[in-house]
Amino acid sequence: MRIAPFWPLAAATFVIGVAATFYFNEYYFVAGYLVLQGLIMATAWNILGGFTGYVNFGSAGFFAMGAYTSVVLYTAINPPLFVVIPAAAVVCGLLGLGAGYLTLRLRGVYFAIATLAMAIVLETLMVNWEYVGGAIGAFIITEDVPFFASYNAYLFVLMLALAIGSVALARYLNFSRIGRGLAAIRDDEVAAECAGVPTLRLKLISTTVMGAMMGVAGALYPYFVTFVEPVSAFSLIVAVNAIAMPMIGGTSTWVGPVIGALLLGSVQEWTKVNISSELNLLIVGVLLVGFVALAPQGIVGLAQKFAAWTREQREKRRGDDSATA
Amino acid sequence: MTQPLLDVQELSKHFGGFTALDQVSLHVGKGERFGLIGPNGSGKTTMINCISGALLNESGRVLFQGQDVTRLKPHQRTRLGIARSFQLPRPFSSMTVLENLCIPLEYAAKERSRLARRQEEAMAILELIGLADKAHDHSGGLTQIDMRKLELARAMAAKPDLLISDEAMAGLSGSEVDEILDRLFTLNERGVGVIMIEHVMKAVMRFSQRIVVLDAGAKIAEGTPDEIVNNPLVEKAYLGE
Ligand SMILES: Nc1ncnc2c1ncn2[C@@H]1O[C@H](COP(=O)(O)OP(=O)(O)OP(=O)(O)O)[C@@H](O)[C@H]1O
Ligand SMILES: [Mg+2]
Repeated sequence: MRIAPFWPLAAATFVIGVAATFYFNEYYFVAGYLVLQGLIMATAWNILGGFTGYVNFGSAGFFAMGAYTSVVLYTAINPPLFVVIPAAAVVCGLLGLGAGYLTLRLRGVYFAIATLAMAIVLETLMVNWEYVGGAIGAFIITEDVPFFASYNAYLFVLMLALAIGSVALARYLNFSRIGRGLAAIRDDEVAAECAGVPTLRLKLISTTVMGAMMGVAGALYPYFVTFVEPVSAFSLIVAVNAIAMPMIGGTSTWVGPVIGALLLGSVQEWTKVNISSELNLLIVGVLLVGFVALAPQGIVGLAQKFAAWTREQREKRRGDDSATA
Repeated sequence: MTQPLLDVQELSKHFGGFTALDQVSLHVGKGERFGLIGPNGSGKTTMINCISGALLNESGRVLFQGQDVTRLKPHQRTRLGIARSFQLPRPFSSMTVLENLCIPLEYAAKERSRLARRQEEAMAILELIGLADKAHDHSGGLTQIDMRKLELARAMAAKPDLLISDEAMAGLSGSEVDEILDRLFTLNERGVGVIMIEHVMKAVMRFSQRIVVLDAGAKIAEGTPDEIVNNPLVEKAYLGE
């Protein structure tokens, strides 16, 4: 789906985002950061879940491993963020590759359960690893940054750049040779193989990119919260949002997770302030059930249906006109 | 004798304790029209699954153009030139009919081509098979008969040296059967070997130069259509005692 020229829109979004950090107060970057974090997670989830047709319940595991990569690096040498982010991508990409290799023979619900189990195993490992603070957790002390209004403004801008990069990558995959192969796998894996599609290799690319992207989403998290412990890093809401946002937006294209994340993310940030943060899971749950039951193709699917309907009406009208003429 | 296109040697396949294929050998020559028949459940589709790689056989070998492909993945065999249709249609149901053909055109092709070129080629195949007017329809919504045509068209789109058609004609009317037969003859004239599995006897007898008959997983006869028609074993397999 090509709505507007992608790159000009992305560049404009980035410039506006940077400018906004000088005009709005701290609260908005914090909220904005969390929305963008959800957007990256949703986009990553959708590469495997939407494009390839494998449902991953273990998103929190990849996210947390990105965060813990940062904690390890911080504890060891405290490198700059431009080292931390690629490192998290590599660690979690490899994790995705390994997990894919072990679990991709499973289909449907068995694959989903395997990914969930993987996240639980990883959490147990982190709880018992003293170096990263174990169950107690670890503190990250951030330093002041030049140019930006605050450290959170800086993280927000970084996250914006990462989100744009993630969406661009998902969009590229969506319309590439790889994306067409993934769609064939999603529709029918045996038929795809027999049509010449190297299904195992494409699925591994899919899990690797997904893992790397989720790792990137988690890499900045320790700097954002300045204190990481396993329960919040492996949080249920992260995993649930990563599934709910694409489902609500629509899973068949790269646009769906973006729409779903902006919508659901904003609603969640709004209720957090105006009602209560306890309500978030409930809201996700209700929206998710509603969409799965009433609009399984998500908002993008509804929009496509509406577009087709108006086109039909227009053609009908034109047909009536020529009949009366 | 020149090297056969496909050479299946003593192939066996079991499902648990059940023997679906028992040491079956067969070969198909380059550009040959070959019929594979047998009663329901005799192992025809299982044989195709083993030849295309969708199932792995426990013993025996599959040689294609002299190369041992027994342990190759289906997509590797497709790239070497073996393409098949599925008896129970398996369309890429989120895609249009045209996009279905573009998958093998993109992935099975020996060299890469541009999207516009692939779409042209897909369209040409759809015209040949009689699905051109449905090119932009969603493949998930096709009738069973059109899905069978799509199966055949998608197999053709892999530009194979050996095309395997698994009951592409079931449910088609007499004139439609003739049409599809025509198309397969045309394809065969271009040098493509064809294995036809068919319960429509008139079609398979008219089409094939040579026929192998399976019964309960074993080869019971092999010969020209005339020889097969007059073979008492074949009659017994089909009609029972
Ligand atoms: N995946 C499978 N698991 C277990 N049994 C199977 C499997 N596939 C086929 N069979 C069994 O193997 C036997 C041969 O099946 P096959 O589909 O090859 O027959 P066929 O000759 O193609 O029949 P038809 O003419 O009905 O298509 C049947 O008894 C079938 O039940
Ligand atoms: Mg069969």
